[in-house]
Amino acid sequence: MADFRAQVERERAYLLRFAQRQLRDRDAAEDAVQEALLAALGAESSFGGRSNLRTWLTGILKHKIVDQVRRAAREAPLASDADGEEFDALFDARGHWRETPAAWADPDRALQEQQFFVKLEECLAKLPAKAARTFMMREHLGCETDEICKELGVTPTHCWVLIYRARMALRECLQANWFGKRC
Amino acid sequence: MLTCKEAARLASQGLDRKLGLGEAFALRLHLAICSGCASVAKQMEFLRRAIVRLDARDDQS
Repeated sequence: MADFRAQVERERAYLLRFAQRQLRDRDAAEDAVQEALLAALGAESSFGGRSNLRTWLTGILKHKIVDQVRRAAREAPLASDADGEEFDALFDARGHWRETPAAWADPDRALQEQQFFVKLEECLAKLPAKAARTFMMREHLGCETDEICKELGVTPTHCWVLIYRARMALRECLQANWFGKRC
Repeated sequence: MLTCKEAARLASQGLDRKLGLGEAFALRLHLAICSGCASVAKQMEFLRRAIVRLDARDDQS
């Protein structure tokens, strides 16, 4: 038991970074991690060493993060992000690109570079709150959109728009701060 | 024929839901002839891989 507790404790820092990426709030992230670790310690027998400890803990943490997101959505609904006009501004009246998006040469090579992830985190931090929350639930927690809609109380259509905006804003940000500079 | 604006939205939705046959066909057709939208569609998939790697990178530290 003491051994298990020590192993679980060793994962705390990793779990905290994971939670913070989604929740963007240190206190909320610590609460989610605390709840996940308590749940994990009470469920040692169900772990039984059959899977990777970090994977198992991350699975528990995801549920706790979704609980936090749900609570936050209920108690302090986020104001709508500024209207999507800025992305519509990418297109002319006929729906064509005002400026054709550039191709990125071998983007996967960026995934080998530490500095790329620093830029990516900066770009994520700049996203409007609602778009960020929705996008990260989809791509970081791996939730399906119907689950995201339910937890956030938004329609599927709105959900897709929010994720779309996040993707477009991120690609613009990475174009300006990484790929546009290298190619 | 889809506009670029519609194609970009559909490319994004295609990562989150199964597109209808008509939608999927219209999108494929558009991406085949529009390099800007084809780039954006690839970049959206790349973002997905990059976000997953954010945590994997913590593994090494």
